[in-house]
Amino acid sequence: MELLSYILEQAINGLQIGAVYALIALGYTMVYGVLRLINFAHGDIFMFGSFTAYFLISKWHLPIYLVFPITVFATALLGYAVEKIAYKPLRSAPRISLLITAVGVSLFLEYFLSLKGLFGPDYIAFPRPFDVRVFDLKLFSVTNIQLIIFSVTAVSLLLLYLLVYKTRQGRAMRAVSHDPEVAALMGINIDGIISFTFIVGTGLAGIGGILYAFAYPQINVFMGIMPGIKSFIAAVLGGIGLIHGAVVGGIIIGVLEVFVSAFLSSTFRDGVIFIVLLLVLLLRPNGLFGRRIEKL
Amino acid sequence: MKRFMAVALVLLIAATMPFTVCAKETIKLGFITPLTGDVKTYGESSKNAFLLALEQYGKTGRYAINPVIADDRNDPTEGANAALKLITQDKVLALVGPLTSKVSIPVSEICEKYRIPMVTGAATNPKVTVYDGRRKGYIFRACFIDPFQGGIAANFALSNLKAKTAAVLFDVGNDYSKGLAEVFRATFVKGKGNVVAYESYQKDDVDFSALVSKVGLKKPDVLYIPDYYNKVVLIARQVRERGIKSPMLGGDGWDSPELLKAGNTIMGNYFTNHYSVQSKDPTTRQFIARYKAKYGVLPDALAALTYDATRIMLQALDTAKRPSGDEMKVVLSGLRNFKGATGTIRFDKNGDAVKSAVVLKVEKDGFGYVTTVNP
Repeated sequence: MELLSYILEQAINGLQIGAVYALIALGYTMVYGVLRLINFAHGDIFMFGSFTAYFLISKWHLPIYLVFPITVFATALLGYAVEKIAYKPLRSAPRISLLITAVGVSLFLEYFLSLKGLFGPDYIAFPRPFDVRVFDLKLFSVTNIQLIIFSVTAVSLLLLYLLVYKTRQGRAMRAVSHDPEVAALMGINIDGIISFTFIVGTGLAGIGGILYAFAYPQINVFMGIMPGIKSFIAAVLGGIGLIHGAVVGGIIIGVLEVFVSAFLSSTFRDGVIFIVLLLVLLLRPNGLFGRRIEKL
Repeated sequence: MKRFMAVALVLLIAATMPFTVCAKETIKLGFITPLTGDVKTYGESSKNAFLLALEQYGKTGRYAINPVIADDRNDPTEGANAALKLITQDKVLALVGPLTSKVSIPVSEICEKYRIPMVTGAATNPKVTVYDGRRKGYIFRACFIDPFQGGIAANFALSNLKAKTAAVLFDVGNDYSKGLAEVFRATFVKGKGNVVAYESYQKDDVDFSALVSKVGLKKPDVLYIPDYYNKVVLIARQVRERGIKSPMLGGDGWDSPELLKAGNTIMGNYFTNHYSVQSKDPTTRQFIARYKAKYGVLPDALAALTYDATRIMLQALDTAKRPSGDEMKVVLSGLRNFKGATGTIRFDKNGDAVKSAVVLKVEKDGFGYVTTVNP
């Protein structure tokens, strides 16, 4: 009984971090879908989201229902700008140039924003706009932060689903991801769809950034690196380019890392996650949900 | 004409001679500290103290000091680079700092290699002065070492808090944190206590939920968290949010005004430290008054230790026959009965300070004095 409640409690801890990974992984996977690019700057856009929320809450004292839309707008704007300035000019360049540029954008965002007068290199305590409450549900307990994370993530996923599967814009996105050339022949504005995908993906990273800062209230300009890498692994695990793959992958990675800490040791945690990446790449390069498609 | 020039030149040199004799010889003194990064409040307060000590030395000292200050960001690689630059390019005679153990260990190797005397204020890990049984002769410190500090924490938990079980959480990649955790465990077990959880995490971790749930299951009487204030705040919060009410205990890494910003989660917990601002000792009081007058805030232990380290170095410089690293090393090795802001200091054969420690309690308006423990 005690063991069961311990396992449940750890599973909830895992879901908490897994939900954030899922939100970030969606950005990786959607961008990959339309542009065949691993956007390595994505973790830094997530960091930008945490900082935006920090400024909105601590400097302007905005209520929480305004923090979400403004942060999402800010990160989406940054994502849009990064795409237009850094990636668009390289549309016809070899894919490796695009990849190297993505790494460059990531380093630029980290080190430029760590300058004094911008975000600075220091660790900053993130002020939560509410107190933590623990709800004891007999078998396990859950905090209001966890409930917020679960519900915000669920709502975001629902909206994303409606967007991708029920709107014209979403259908165009799927068409571009399926075959960009044919989609262009059908009269779809490819550049417009790519920009739109960036906006949606980075907006989700912004939500992830707020939730992450709520759960672990200390932010730093380099905070996006590790969650970024792990979410990337989550996207690969689920099958890069697949939306449901990113969600399932994120949750699996989150729960796995908590269970490794809980039952083995936190020293092994990152190692286990990277071994998962290696195994996926060796055994199922297309991920859990990816079909094996031979390209000509 | 040539002769005239020569005479003029001689006259000119003769005219300037008295000034060069009168003016104090200038000595370059290096100082390395984390001015940015995860422990930047340490860097700021220690830099203040360093400059305060120099200012006072300037009035009476034998030499004019030209300080060269470098930032290590609390990163061992940065620290090593800064030390190399100070020694090989700026040609400093001696080095004060760095502050943290993990930066001081590589920097001490460099100083030893270049025969540059180094006095660190606050690096408490034993490996700073002695590595694998090899004494680094040029390295000294103004603070006690971790075996002493961790032992005091364990004994305090056993006798004052009446703890029978303890959980230890530490950063596995940080020599300071790991060293304290090991000593605490050994001492606690020796005193018939039971360490029910001994869990490590990594430097960049922010999610401690798995560890905290694990520790909560064991219901320890006390939690020992020997890390710097930034991590402590994050862990303490998650501990309290999980509903674990046991007192938490830490080391001198807790000493920062940032810790108090965590509010209720951190109140009522204890940590071992080098000195208390509530001390009655006249030397300590004088230092606190001067620091407060100059900077408007109370000095933390890092400031007090750096102040002592700087003054020890300057005293050695004045006592040494010539301003050379080797002469200063000999003087430093014989340091006895130095009246510092953090108590009376003497160096043992390893260059470690022998001095007392205090236990402080985190209260609403600062750190309250609980008890003093002598070596």
